[in-house]
Order: sequence, then C-alpha cells, then structure tokens
Amino acid sequence: MSAPAIDPVRTPVPSAAVRKAAEPRRATPARFDTALGWSDRPSAAWALRILLCAIALGIFAAPFLTIVSGAFSTHASGSSLSFLPRDSTMLNFRVAGERGIWDYFTNSLVIAGGALLLQLAVSVLAAYALARHRFCGQALILTLFMLTMMLPEEVIAIPLSLVLGHVPVVGLDLKGTAWGVILPLGAWGFSVMLLTEFMKDIPTEIEEAARLDGVGEFRMLWQIVLPLCKPALGVAGVLGFVMIWDQYLLPLIAAKDPTDYTVTVALSILRTDPEVGSGVVLAGALIALVPSLIVYLLLQRSLVTGIAAGATKG
Amino acid sequence: MTATVTAPGARRIRVFGKKAVLPWVFLAPGLLLALVFKFVPMAKGIWLSFFDVRPFLGDKWVGLDNYTRVLTDHRFQDAIGHTLLLGIGMSLGGIVVGFALALLLEGQARSLKIVRTAVFLPVVTATAVVGEMWRLLYYPTSDGLINQGLGFLGLGPTPFLDNPDTALWATMVMSVWMLAPYNMVIILAGLAGVDRTLYEAAAMDGVSLWQRLRHVTLPAIRPALGIVLTLAAIRGLRVFTEVYVLTGGGPAGSTEVWMTRAYTLGFTRNDIGGASAASVVLLCVTLLLTVTVNHFRKRGDAR
Repeated sequence: MSAPAIDPVRTPVPSAAVRKAAEPRRATPARFDTALGWSDRPSAAWALRILLCAIALGIFAAPFLTIVSGAFSTHASGSSLSFLPRDSTMLNFRVAGERGIWDYFTNSLVIAGGALLLQLAVSVLAAYALARHRFCGQALILTLFMLTMMLPEEVIAIPLSLVLGHVPVVGLDLKGTAWGVILPLGAWGFSVMLLTEFMKDIPTEIEEAARLDGVGEFRMLWQIVLPLCKPALGVAGVLGFVMIWDQYLLPLIAAKDPTDYTVTVALSILRTDPEVGSGVVLAGALIALVPSLIVYLLLQRSLVTGIAAGATKG
Repeated sequence: MTATVTAPGARRIRVFGKKAVLPWVFLAPGLLLALVFKFVPMAKGIWLSFFDVRPFLGDKWVGLDNYTRVLTDHRFQDAIGHTLLLGIGMSLGGIVVGFALALLLEGQARSLKIVRTAVFLPVVTATAVVGEMWRLLYYPTSDGLINQGLGFLGLGPTPFLDNPDTALWATMVMSVWMLAPYNMVIILAGLAGVDRTLYEAAAMDGVSLWQRLRHVTLPAIRPALGIVLTLAAIRGLRVFTEVYVLTGGGPAGSTEVWMTRAYTLGFTRNDIGGASAASVVLLCVTLLLTVTVNHFRKRGDAR
C-alpha cells in the first residue's frame, strides 16, 4: 500500500523533512522537493507562486479582517464594510455587552472547559483499558467507540433532546444546565482511538517493572502511562476544543431559554435584534473567534498533526 | 476428589474475575456516556419513528406512516436534491481547491508555513462565526464586499443569499471555503510521503510536469484522497449548521437540506415521529455510504 507511512503522532515533522535531516547532503535539487517542482530562486514560476499565495491569503485569511474592522468601526452596516476600520471605537462591544454577550461567553467557557476535561478523562481511561489490557469483548468495544465517531450528532438530535429532558433510569432534567451540553460530548470516539493507538506503542517493560514493585493500576495510569502520553493528549485536547467550540445544534437543543445559549449560538440573537447593527454582531463574532484563535496559534502543530493522524488511520 | 478439582478452579475464577473486571472499570465512564447520550437516543429515534408522538395522549403506533409521509412530502424531496447537490458540490470543490492549495503551499520554507497557518484559519473557526462573516461578505447591495469585487469586473450586484437561484450556490462556496484547507492538510501529509527520487527519475526521463503529477503524485496520494472524499461526503449529507446560520433554509426553501427540514419538523412543528423517521433515513444512508466506501477502499488497497 502506498499510504503515507508516517506515524504522525510521534513524528510531527513530515517524513520528507525527517529524511532530509537524516541525510543532509543528498544531492536532490530543491526543485524535486515538491510535486509541482517549485524552484526557490527568482524566476517567472517563482513570481507566479508568490502571486498565487497572495490570492490564497486574500481568499482564506483576509475575510477575517472584515470581522476585526467591522467590530471596531462605528457604523458597520454590511454596506460600509472594508478590510481596515475607518475609525475605531469600543461602542460595539459595549452594546454587545448590554445584550449579554459576556454571559454567553461565560456559558461557552464553562461548557468548553468542562466538556474538554470530561472528554480527556473518559478517553484516557478507556484508551488505557483498550491498549494495555486484554479482555473478552475488546473488539466489540472498539467498534462501539468507532460507531460513536461515525454517528453524526445531527442525526440523533431530536431523540437526544428528549433524553436530555428526561435522562433514562435517573430521570434528571439536564435541559438548561451546562451538563446538558457537557455530558453528551464526553464520549468522543476520535480521542479514544487516538489515545489507544498511542498507548499501544508505549513499551511494556516500564509497566512490568512497576507492576513488580507493586504499583496499583490507577497509580500506574496516573504516574507512568499518562506522562508518556503528553503529545497525544495535546492533539486530543486541541482537536477536542475545536470540536466542542464548533458545537451548534447541541447547545441549541439543550437550552431551556436563550440565556442558556453559548456565544456561537447567541450570535443569531444579536443578528435578529433590530436595534443593533452588524458592527455589534461582528463584535460578538470576534469574541467567539478569539478563544479558537488563541488555541490554534498556541497548539497549531498538535492540531495539524491530529488531522493528518485521523486521516492516515482512516 | 471433588475438593482437589474445585479448588484450582475456584482460584482461577477469582483471579480471572479480578483481571476481567478491571478493564471494565476503566471503560465504564465512556461506555455509560456513549450508551446514554448516543445509543439510547439512536434506539429511541428508531422506536419513535414508528409512532405518532403525542405528548399527553400517549404515543400511537402508526407503522411506516411517518416514513411514507416524509418520503412523499415534496419539501423533503426538494431537500434531498439540495442535500445531494450541496454534498457533491462541496466534496468535489473541497478536493479540487484543497489539492490546488496543497500543491501551491507544499514545502519547508518558513514563509510557506506562515501562509499555511493563515490559510488554515477557516477550519478552526466555529461554523457560526464563519456564517455571520459570510452573510456580510454576501451583502446584497453593491457596497457588499464581494459585490464590490464583482463591480470591479463590471458585473452588477447580486443578492446572493436573497435570490433562490443563487442561495444554494453561495452556501456551497462557503462550505468549500471551510472544507478546502482541512483537505489541504490531509493531502499535504500524503504529498510528504511521496518518494522524492521518483520525481528526479521522472525528470531524467524527460516527463512533462502534467504526466509527473498524473502518474507519480496522484497514485501516491490516492489513499489520502479517498479519506478526504469519504469525510466530505458524510459531512455533506448531514450538513446543518452551515445552512442554518447562513440562510436558515430560505429564501423560499431554496437551501432547505435534509437536516434543516428534520429540525423544523421536530422542533418548530413538534412532529417528533416524522422528524425521527427523517433522521433514521439519513442515518441509514450515512451508514450505507460509509460501509460502501470502506469496502471499495479495502478492495482498492488490496490491489
């Protein structure tokens, strides 16, 4: 099989780079480094590449500038939108604040924090069992977790809203609480799979030595296996955050009234409010954008690695 | 006699018991959450799809009525068309644009890494934020940003989202915009695995750039493309948030997709049975698609 044979979790650098580092003086000219054979010396093709890069930036990144400029300008009404603000003001943020944007933002942070912690804890425990133990029904459990990954949340939204209103057996009503969003996000097949694959590769010798010293299972997980999993935890954490922050339908159906909304869902409230202009909506959008931006810029490598990992693992 | 037989047996059972229980302790939280919030709702959805759900009167068994009602409803039939068009359009568009981006931005130079970082932004941004942004980019008068661009080209302002003829295409463009950088990352990982000496050998044989792409690069990244296509197709079928925040299904139902229709049926019109039936249909199609694609991929790999 000609699949890219990189293990993206352990070797975050693409394998081409690894190969180049391993044999630095291999006489492959730079023009064979890329599929299109881009040269790095000034030439017509080089100029074309810069032009195309500029266009790509213009299409994929520049639109974000409209959010920033619109959020800080006094009369941003879609019609007077531009990439750069003409005058800067905090008025939009004040109005958005009066409309409760910070409350929604707090909801979002509570949900994101809680769900991420729960997701990581659940995944680590499950992955530890799946990777380091042998028991009957293992293949079935693995398939079940894989199913949770393939089961689109949208498809179960309607019955899920009924379950949230009356959790079976215990009969709790989770609607209108943060738990209503946090708990359904707890079991995410992707991070279970990712951590299982990673834990499988940890050598068993360390564990066996510790076991001979009489280390118990939970201490083993907490003090020996978990510290070794830090890179995979970073990947699972950043992908989990992006996934949780992007949730739209779940907070919508788990809410009892609009004050329970997350900041992303609340943007539609700002938009349909006839008294505020698009400047205020964009201020809200900017507030909703900043956390994902921070997480992305800090943990960019983990994120890209994780997406490639999901891809190579299928 | 019996004692000597049972004693080791009992010990084995006890040891086996402790060893066997432990993994389940670790698995319990995950399984419990998956059971309550994934599998119970799924079972409940399938169950309710056969009932006329009446909150205070009790549910009434109606057999396949919900399914026939949903599948013969012309608004749902329109939604199937929109979903397929949107799904196929965004999958293919996402692959073509993602592949082009990957070819353009492949390389180790620092400047390329910065460009890649910036281009990847749409993927990490929440769909709702992207939707609000594009609503303004698509602003219908000649002052809207995209319409200003069209103005430079001498084209009149288009009310992208307010015109039933263009709204679905506008939604597709936004979806491609969100999907392409994601595909770019997967394809880049595939490109990194291509053997560089093959490029060199191809150059020595005097092979044209196009032939090199066609016969060296493309076969090498075929697995990556397969994954990208599967993910995109499934995402296309269940598309909800993109449409919900950008157009809400309008104007005149021209962007109504399967899930927005089911949502309206379930939450606005309180027809839980019909909405469940619609969800079950989508679930079956998704599962069928996943299984089929996996089957073909396995066969393709074996070859």
